[in-house]
Amino acid sequence: MPRPLDPRLIRYARGVRTLLIGSVVVASSTAVLVVIQAFCLADVISRVFLDGESLDQTVAVLVLLGSVVLARALLALIGETLSQRAATRTSAQLRAALLGHVVRLGPVWLSGERRGQVATLATRGIDSVEPYVARYLPQLVIAFVVPITVGVAILTQDLLAAVIVAVTAPLIPVFMVLVGMYTQTATAKQWSTLGALAGHFLDVVAGLPTLKAFGRERVQAEQMAEVDSRYRRATLGVLRISFLSSFVLEILATVSIAVVAVSIGLRLVSGTLDLRTGLVVLILAPEVYLPIRMVGAQFHAAAEGIEAADQVFTVLAVEPALTGATTEIIWDDVVVDEVSATYTGAQTVALSPVSLVLRPGHVLAVVGSSGVGKSTLIAVLSGYLAPTCGVVRIGGVDLGSLDPEAWRSHIAVVSQEPALLGPRVADDVRLRRPAASDAEVGEALRGVGLDPATLPDGIHTRVGDLASDVSAGQRRRIALARVLIGPPDLILLDEPTAGLDDVAEAEVMAAIRRLADGGAAVLVVAHRPSLIAGADEVVQLGAIGVGA
Amino acid sequence: MTMMESQRPQTKSGDVPPPSPVRRLLPWLATERHRLALAVLLGALAIGSGVGLLATSAWLISSAALRPQILELEVAIVAVRAFGIGRGVFRYAERLVSHDAAFRVLSSLRLAVYSRLAVVAPAGVPAYRRGDLLERLVRDVDATQDLPLRVLLPYASGAVVSLASVALAWFILPAAGVVLMVSLALAATLVPWITARSAAEAERATAPARGEISADVLTLLDGVNDLGMSGAAPRWLERLAEDDRRIGALARSRARAAGLSAGLGAAVSGGSVVAMLAVAIPAVRSGELIGVNLAVLALLPLATFEAVAAMPGAALALGRVRGAAQRVVEILDAMDPVPDPVSPLDPPAGDVGVTLRGVSARWPGGVDILTGVDLVVPSRRSIGVVGPSGSGKSTLLAVLSGFLPYSGSILLGGVELREMTGAAIRTVIGWCPQVPHIFDTSVVENVRLAKPGASDDEVRGVLDAVGLGPWLDSTNRGIHTPVGDHGALVSAGQRQRIGVARVLLAGHRVVLLDEPTEHLDEGTAEAVAAELLRVLAGRTVIWVAHRDHGLAELDEVVSLDRGVLR
Repeated sequence: MPRPLDPRLIRYARGVRTLLIGSVVVASSTAVLVVIQAFCLADVISRVFLDGESLDQTVAVLVLLGSVVLARALLALIGETLSQRAATRTSAQLRAALLGHVVRLGPVWLSGERRGQVATLATRGIDSVEPYVARYLPQLVIAFVVPITVGVAILTQDLLAAVIVAVTAPLIPVFMVLVGMYTQTATAKQWSTLGALAGHFLDVVAGLPTLKAFGRERVQAEQMAEVDSRYRRATLGVLRISFLSSFVLEILATVSIAVVAVSIGLRLVSGTLDLRTGLVVLILAPEVYLPIRMVGAQFHAAAEGIEAADQVFTVLAVEPALTGATTEIIWDDVVVDEVSATYTGAQTVALSPVSLVLRPGHVLAVVGSSGVGKSTLIAVLSGYLAPTCGVVRIGGVDLGSLDPEAWRSHIAVVSQEPALLGPRVADDVRLRRPAASDAEVGEALRGVGLDPATLPDGIHTRVGDLASDVSAGQRRRIALARVLIGPPDLILLDEPTAGLDDVAEAEVMAAIRRLADGGAAVLVVAHRPSLIAGADEVVQLGAIGVGA
Repeated sequence: MTMMESQRPQTKSGDVPPPSPVRRLLPWLATERHRLALAVLLGALAIGSGVGLLATSAWLISSAALRPQILELEVAIVAVRAFGIGRGVFRYAERLVSHDAAFRVLSSLRLAVYSRLAVVAPAGVPAYRRGDLLERLVRDVDATQDLPLRVLLPYASGAVVSLASVALAWFILPAAGVVLMVSLALAATLVPWITARSAAEAERATAPARGEISADVLTLLDGVNDLGMSGAAPRWLERLAEDDRRIGALARSRARAAGLSAGLGAAVSGGSVVAMLAVAIPAVRSGELIGVNLAVLALLPLATFEAVAAMPGAALALGRVRGAAQRVVEILDAMDPVPDPVSPLDPPAGDVGVTLRGVSARWPGGVDILTGVDLVVPSRRSIGVVGPSGSGKSTLLAVLSGFLPYSGSILLGGVELREMTGAAIRTVIGWCPQVPHIFDTSVVENVRLAKPGASDDEVRGVLDAVGLGPWLDSTNRGIHTPVGDHGALVSAGQRQRIGVARVLLAGHRVVLLDEPTEHLDEGTAEAVAAELLRVLAGRTVIWVAHRDHGLAELDEVVSLDRGVLR
């Protein structure tokens, strides 16, 4: 069973603490009102039924009863609002922390299946923390305060009923834990099935054009129906078990109430108990079990939220590749000294030992066949992957001792498939320098051979509108324009001219040269001979020796 | 009412307002009506047991107070115990049956959404951002399961129990029946209505707001590299915090509505107890009501209100479902940009060429990308179409694949393209997109989808033909190597070659190649181009590229500029 209260969550979310205090106040006031209400009701019934009193004689009690009802209504309103406020604050804090840390961990960590998992966790997962905070936590407090208060009230009336309640009520949490331990693995399984299903859907929908091209879209529908029914059976299997917990609790509660009712009846017949006491106990008995059972009812939604919170904290505990603290960086040559690298969990070496020097004002081209580790070299230089062997030094200082944020503020990367963030092209180009003017944005775009006039709405074209027909080449040029507008000290370019025609390629190369002339060190991963020809130095990866 | 009617804008006679999105989903529910009816019955029995437990207990205690013979109470004692057990059993069965039914409904709805997407994609699906699309499919379709679970079933089983309780109260004392009926009606109608009204705005705004946050999260994750390098990450995190604040404000107004509902519900149920006593006490005095039944009447409302307690929640859920249903229906109603002809012609047999005469085409809602294109591609010949980015090359291929409508004439082996079904066109014409989609499975399955039933050797043959042999040999599992989430485990070049391999395997007579040697270095590109042309010899080939490297061996090369052939 997931822990009812994750201490990391309490430590983390400030909203939770005030919520717990507020819940205690609301819950104890409600409990007192419940007891008063039971006494009023029993009193009226007994006086009218046995003593033959009239409406006029009992009107004072009825008025008290009415006021209690109003007060309970008010408390219900306050409790609900209070808990939701804490819940939204908590989920916002968790989301910000998760995404902030993911940005620090970077693209190397986020690659592959993890991207989909983090996407689900950051949206649906964190959303499910809300019911946990808004419903489960307050209910946990109520389930503690109300039964004790009401139980004490029953004790003052009838020892036997109090004993029955005192024996059976604690059994509910005991069973809850037992059944919960049994359902824990099932819940975890449901969560992963859900993620897999979401991924499957996206995969199939994104691939629809491909499926249609080969006339396979209908067959895929059949497969999807099958995946769905498999998912349904799995989920029902889980529910059969998790509903079991509330079943056990419900049976326990109602059977106990029945036992109390019958015992009161028998003692009334024998004359050892009076009607008023009997009624008080009968009305109060369900109030002991109800809040505890409600915990079981909220358990469902809560379990998913606890699971999600746990995953968030697992991600937050992942160490970034660079953990240094030095923020002061004196810029100089970047020396790559016999650096090799392997991705976490991979068996093969992604980058065999390589040595090179990146000098301000120099363009260095890295060539080599596919899979030789060119992108891996960029990941190491970006500080997203720690070298397995060897060292990267900047002015004699080990890259590993530097603060990653400070290091990255000096560099820019244009990957093979840069993302457009939007909302407009201009916002994208301004990424490195938000204050840049429209004129500067236009100039930067023209500088990479992308005339804003050819875009539907100039630099204000929405990136979403572009997405359908913007080519990888255009995307790369927009990403390159970002670099032009906020030039860093080190620029890492992954095949910047793939997808471009000769004219655009020449423009991009001129832009790269201008950046180098401005004092930046440039590393270009290159295939094209023209691009290689434009470099000051060429390093062949995966081969011994350095060409010129 | 008439006033309001007359103020509405006049509509053409015969115009019917579109049915509400929720109503559009009812046919899917109807397919599971037997399971749903069983769930209603079980739910009613569960709540009914609760009412029975309290009512018989009250009767038992009151009767016992008159100290009768114990045998006279025997039946009541058995009934109390039976109700105590029945409640849990019925509730458990109801939850299983109702969830099973809801999941079945959900599966068929999901399939319907997919099937519609399969018809209208890609051109009929507006350029949703990817996160929004995921949101629609997973969350909105999922959210519709609340319609049976949280709306219909609570209302139906609650109504059954309420009617039974009112009948019981009426039987004991007609005035008590009236009191119970009025207060239950208030709780079942007025309270949910007030609640839904005060939450409606927030409920409506929540689904789009969640869509927004989901799209922003996905953009952030896609751009994690670009953000980390540019110092722009804090701005984006702030943007997400802003999204979160908006969602939080909406959640708070929803919570106020929920609190209002809880408060009003408590007031009505408590008030009904007071009202019940007010009518029952004089009746006891007048002898109309026997004293034993006073406790039964006083406790009946407390138990029966469980039947309507779920209704405000149901009203809220209905509002939520409506928003999600609206967006699901939008996909179900999406227009097919290229509807199949009513009486389609058969695709041509044998070797076919392609002839375009004055062809213009556009994407839905856009301007013409192609204008008056004339092109003749003789059978078994290869033609290169070269033009800069954005010149309409991909649009040309989309038209030829039957994904986009066109004006003018396109003859495929003498048959007009628009006279054939899209599926028929695509049995003749094979398309290899610029960025082929790689499914989350093995290399061999990714290629085999082009020709189900192809043997491993056949697949390996086409993979060798596109030059992936050495790469496959270097992996442990060869063609069974998994390629992971959206092809993340293969490079862009490998991905494109897998796309070409598919077309080769499918054996289309006309092959459309969209930049097949992009992402390849010069030497490899020329080798792959030569190899491709050799493998494709004997087929009609249209090859688009933005540069003419490696196209020397094509039979002819034309250039395309801003939608016009030169």
